[in-house]
Amino acid sequence: MMMSLILAAAVSSADQGASLNIDWLGLIRASLSCASILTGIFFVMAGTLGVLRLPDFYTRLHAAGMTDTLGAELVILGLIIQSGFTQMSLKLLLVAFFLLLTSPTATHAIANAAYKAKLKPKLGKYTAPSIDGDGS
Amino acid sequence: MDIFLGYFNLAAAFFVIISMVMMLGRLLGGPTLYDRLLAVNSFGTKTILFLCVFCFVINRPDGVDIALLYALMNFIATIAVLKYFNYRSLGVPLIEEQMEDSA
Repeated sequence: MMMSLILAAAVSSADQGASLNIDWLGLIRASLSCASILTGIFFVMAGTLGVLRLPDFYTRLHAAGMTDTLGAELVILGLIIQSGFTQMSLKLLLVAFFLLLTSPTATHAIANAAYKAKLKPKLGKYTAPSIDGDGS
Repeated sequence: MDIFLGYFNLAAAFFVIISMVMMLGRLLGGPTLYDRLLAVNSFGTKTILFLCVFCFVINRPDGVDIALLYALMNFIATIAVLKYFNYRSLGVPLIEEQMEDSA
């Protein structure tokens, strides 16, 4: 990724006529934003896999709730770094703020409703082995 | 640099779409109502992400406003559906004293 970034910077500066004049600030900004977006996409995909594959509603809630907050925030942070200090970054900051406010609240509301409706968690299959060491 | 970032954002949008399609599996085949609600909420969050990233791909800042609107609508929709399935009505006050008064 870094090699292609450096190549892209060199090509774009060569178009402007300068001889190998690398835009270091833009390079650092682009690599920071790429790293943040990559981490966020990883968390989003991990959360989706967790929602698909985990055995129980409460475990799925854990996967979806945690990674939706973190992954979404990281992707939007990467976009903010990419857009710089503009009007668009202010809007993105507002989106991130509302996501940070509403996503955990919605997750907690869903968990609370399921608990009040007496939805049983799946127990017994995934508990820790007993102290005697004979397992279960 | 801009060309590389454009392709990178396009790839990110593609992965978000893949994640949304995978979330549809849980939405259609969830065993309980709460699984489906969780999937809908997560799908909405991913829609916001996709809108934000795709605005950068097509280089038009209008979609971020729609994403801002969607972030609020998603939360209200989740709370409304939860309240409806809890009380079977949307006109029920959520505080117990008011509930006794109205009953």
